Amino acid sequence: MLEAIRQALFEEMERDPAVVLLGEDLGVYGGAFKVTAGLLERFGWERVIDTPISETAIVGAAVGMSYLGLRPVAEMQFIDFIACCFNQLTNFVAKSHYRWGAPVPMVVRGPSGGGVHGGPFHSANPEMYFVHTPGLKVVYPSTAYDAKGLLKSAIRDNNPVLFFEHKFLYRRVKEELPSGDYTVPLGKAVVRREGRDLTIVSYAAMMHTSMEAAEVLAKEGIEAEVIDLRTLLPLDRETLLASVKKTNKILVVHEDTRTGGIAGEIAALVCEGAFEDLDGPVLRVTSLDTPVPYSPPLEERFLPDVQRVAAAARDLARY
Amino acid sequence: MKISLRREQHLELYYYMKLNRALEEQMVRLFRQNKIVGGLYSSLGQEAISVGTAYALEPRDWLAPMIRNIGALLVKGFKPRDILTQHMAKYTSPTLGKDGTSHFGDLKVRHVVSPISMLGDLIPVMTGIAMAGSYLGQKIVAMTWIGDGGTSTGAFHEGINLAAVQKAALVCIIENNQWAYSTPVRRQVPTQDLADRAKAYGIPSYVVDGNDVVSVYQVSKEAVERCRSGQGPILIEAKTMRMKGHAQHDAAEYVPKAMFEYWKARDPLDRYEKHLTASKLWDAQTKAEIDARIERELQEDLEFAESSPLPPPELVEQGVYCEGCHTIEPDWRRPKEELVPPKSSVAAVWEVEDFGAFEKREEPAAAAKHSTVLASGDGRRHPAQPSARKGKAAKTPTRNKVRR
Ligand SMILES: Cc1ncc(C[n+]2csc(CCOP(=O)(O)OP(=O)(O)O)c2C)c(N)n1
Ligand SMILES: [Mg+2]
Repeated sequence: MLEAIRQALFEEMERDPAVVLLGEDLGVYGGAFKVTAGLLERFGWERVIDTPISETAIVGAAVGMSYLGLRPVAEMQFIDFIACCFNQLTNFVAKSHYRWGAPVPMVVRGPSGGGVHGGPFHSANPEMYFVHTPGLKVVYPSTAYDAKGLLKSAIRDNNPVLFFEHKFLYRRVKEELPSGDYTVPLGKAVVRREGRDLTIVSYAAMMHTSMEAAEVLAKEGIEAEVIDLRTLLPLDRETLLASVKKTNKILVVHEDTRTGGIAGEIAALVCEGAFEDLDGPVLRVTSLDTPVPYSPPLEERFLPDVQRVAAAARDLARY
Repeated sequence: MKISLRREQHLELYYYMKLNRALEEQMVRLFRQNKIVGGLYSSLGQEAISVGTAYALEPRDWLAPMIRNIGALLVKGFKPRDILTQHMAKYTSPTLGKDGTSHFGDLKVRHVVSPISMLGDLIPVMTGIAMAGSYLGQKIVAMTWIGDGGTSTGAFHEGINLAAVQKAALVCIIENNQWAYSTPVRRQVPTQDLADRAKAYGIPSYVVDGNDVVSVYQVSKEAVERCRSGQGPILIEAKTMRMKGHAQHDAAEYVPKAMFEYWKARDPLDRYEKHLTASKLWDAQTKAEIDARIERELQEDLEFAESSPLPPPELVEQGVYCEGCHTIEPDWRRPKEELVPPKSSVAAVWEVEDFGAFEKREEPAAAAKHSTVLASGDGRRHPAQPSARKGKAAKTPTRNKVRR
């Protein structure tokens, strides 16, 4: 997946000199995870900009660049540090087009998520702060193919896009990618596995957990349909509702903490749009409502796993 | 640098300052009639700064105003009606009623970035404008303002520091009007001159009498041209006084009466009128003509604003995203080939010239001293310290080198 992201950046920079990168240690060093390795050599100092440790200035400068028609891609060394530029993103960036018709064609990307024992400050899933912010788009891919295609779409989009890269997947998800240019549309979920008994909705690393759980369930005769959201804002209501209308049951799985996670939003929209079709409660399997702990047994308890997803699915299937 | 103004320019400065003041007086009347929807801020006593600084820009340059920079918006070509309709939340306002006050801009023609309320955030944004301008080969300068209080934000620091390491063509004016809401400047910053902050960023700075429009203009012009020549950002501190409360709701009872009196005697418009008369740049008739023109224009725009409709409620849901309404294409002023491989390719290594040794400390950069241009009722400059131009800044490294 990491290589897919690097390729997307590489190809977009080749295609369009308006695409520039800025962030901490991403040039000479190639980024903390080496996502941007080799890009400075190829595109030069003016297009791959090592900045001071100033998240507000990184995002602010990216806004200014985008006002002159550039398409900056700003990196957060770890997505946890996006909290430092929360104001720029939610007040300056998100409201720009609405307030005065000034589009902000920029991308903020960075490694997110847990499962690698990064502790409370290097494991965050802060996507919902931004899903709650009209004017932004929020993308969180689970496959290498999607990561590449969605990042390209994000760079070409006229709106600000936050692009979350689950660091657990960086080197674990490996796929053969088609050669040549392709994009994956923003705002479209995808059905990863067809099934008739219940719908499991997830995204990012938990997609893989959900798929594994679906395999376990299949051996027990429960056929789960699995949906990968891919984009959290705007949310693909149609795909979700169509699936619920078919399976009549829905389980949401996310690595984000429970309260205020996207499961709550999905529960509401299913009630609004498919209440008559429901044969059971909307259930959710999520991380616990705590900071992400450091020690392995604590983090393992914190995160959802295949057993918990499968158990919730079995409960739901019984309705 | 000898910076002089032609007679018409002198008169234009008067026109903008007077228009700024008359427009705000008009808005105070509207406020009392309950026709201003939100708050109303005043730049009374600070008009020379907004006007004198913005007047130093070329049309291709960019600015981003703060709440008290209506004068700068007028200089950049916005009309009283834009400001009136913004405050009155009308559908005919530049933001169609979606935002108020000076929160509007124009990417295409006037090159004005809309501010947001959060103080300090414009500085990194304008740094980005300057960086992109240089990247595109446009030779532009970006200008913005910040209050004495606003310099306490992290965004101010991050933005100026990024501009400094990037040698971005940013002119940042600190309007030291002695107060940040109810807090006096000494509780905000412990130094006498806020321009001293420039030292920490290794950039040049000026202190100027903010109530002397000619000095403000001259310093700004010099700063703008130095910036344009690639020497990096510049900080200008303009000393002035907020002559009203923070906004209309605030009676400013916390300000000593004597302080208002002190500054009232230094009113920028009075002083400039006297200067124009003493220098024989105008006569009573010229003044009367300009004043009549201002009155006429204001009257016309007031009628326009008052008769404008409020926005239709359906507008609320429109425009959160760009859904194809904009075509985004940068204005390239240099060959794109320089920026794509193979021409763009470099050896990705830092050239470290300074190993950070303690013994071989260099003299502090001359750039770290600021030029002081204080009280000069006659509009002439009185630099108290030698200009920084001949110092370190002259040896600016080439663009790529800065980045290593
Ligand atoms: C980050 C932030 N915090 C608080 C405020 C509320 N606020 C608006 S103006 C102001 C005082 C600003 O003082 P100064 O920067 O000196 O500008 P002045 O009003 O004197 O022009 C405050 C506290 C704000 N707009 N932004
Ligand atoms: Mg102030």
